[in-house]
Amino acid sequence: MKYSYYPGCTLKNKAQDLDLYARRAAVALGFELVEIPEWQCCGGVYPLGTDEIASKLSSVRALNYAKEQGQDLITLCSACHHVLKRVNDDMKNVADISDRANNYMQLDAPYKGETTVVHFLEVLRDRIGFDELKKKVVNPLTGKKIGAYYGCLALRPGKVLEFDDPENPQIMEDFIRALGAEPVIYPYRNECCGAYTALEDKNIPAKRTKMIFDSADGFGADMLITACPLCMYNLNKSEADSKVPVYYFTELLAEALGVKEGVEQ
Amino acid sequence: MSLTMAEKQAEQIRQISGSDPYKCMKCGKCSASCPSFNEMDIKPHQFVSYVVNDNIEALAESKSLWKCLGCFACVERCPRDVQPGRVVDAARQLVERQRGGDHLHAEDIPALLDDDVPQQLLVSAFRRYRR
Ligand code: SF4
Ligand code: SF4
Ligand code: SF4
Ligand code: SF4
Repeated sequence: MKYSYYPGCTLKNKAQDLDLYARRAAVALGFELVEIPEWQCCGGVYPLGTDEIASKLSSVRALNYAKEQGQDLITLCSACHHVLKRVNDDMKNVADISDRANNYMQLDAPYKGETTVVHFLEVLRDRIGFDELKKKVVNPLTGKKIGAYYGCLALRPGKVLEFDDPENPQIMEDFIRALGAEPVIYPYRNECCGAYTALEDKNIPAKRTKMIFDSADGFGADMLITACPLCMYNLNKSEADSKVPVYYFTELLAEALGVKEGVEQ
Repeated sequence: MSLTMAEKQAEQIRQISGSDPYKCMKCGKCSASCPSFNEMDIKPHQFVSYVVNDNIEALAESKSLWKCLGCFACVERCPRDVQPGRVVDAARQLVERQRGGDHLHAEDIPALLDDDVPQQLLVSAFRRYRR
């Protein structure tokens, strides 16, 4: 199976591990990530204004490219996943945005939200299957107690993202189980890390990440996993006493599949 | 009868956000869910009421505009689909769309960087804090 892959700006720079280990894992699992040529940054946050069209176009271009290839569009970064799914929903269901974007772009055929956007974790759950993944694990992470840190952008709003139950998700816990480790469920796993306030008010992420680490540590987590480079940054900058190491989920996946040092796609 | 400035601005906020603040039943669930509640001078449920009451000047000066995290906890939990986070965003845009209204400037960036800042942080902050 081939997917149109939208890496996003951060995976080409500060979050190269998130990308690299995903590519290695995909080879081991038998699917192909075909990077979309000339993709443009999605902007990191969804443009909320109903009259904001220009800032949604980079997403529309990527979505339309995948449509022309007849492929589903796969993302790894929680934020890209959030933005692309929401813009796709607009193109499908919000006539005003869809008409204005199409009028501007003048594509060969109008884009109406035909592409399916999937997060890498959704591919593991819905296409590969966690049972199948489990069978391919050669280095089970036995004995590790891992807290899934979902953050917010992967889950909410649940009606549009349809990633998992936004109040009680389980996809990352099932993923952790498939790798042979033990998931740790803690209350702050879907609470925001402080997001972009980190740039000008470090106090907010400092307080948020302390609550997240206290919560995870209190329930016995040895480490956390995330799919979001900004969560990773905010968590890594934390000075909480309860801090535990944080990994991209793809790094543990590649480790369990025995391809962490493997050949790139 | 012509609209006052504040009435026009309240209408703009309703249009930009696509939200109907009149549907609010003042249950307070948004504020109870908000991770930035303590940082805000005007709380999310109050924000919605201020729009209903055309009290826009206070919103434009509120520090809540810059403390909302865009986390969508309030949007997820509002039982009346008011989408308070979108109302906060629309008020922020109303300010930023004025000349000189940007909260973050390109010249500010170098001093705010460290070696680990992900690109995502810069583009997200730029999109939320300036137009
Ligand atoms: S979300 Fe981020 S990392 Fe992903 S492309 Fe968009 S801005 Fe870049
Ligand atoms: S937790 Fe923080 S960085 Fe991660 S998705 Fe939410 S806001 Fe973004
Ligand atoms: S989106 Fe903003 S107002 Fe709503 S809960 Fe999050 S921080 Fe609070
Ligand atoms: S949750 Fe919705 S209905 Fe309740 S106070 Fe907030 S905006 Fe109003």
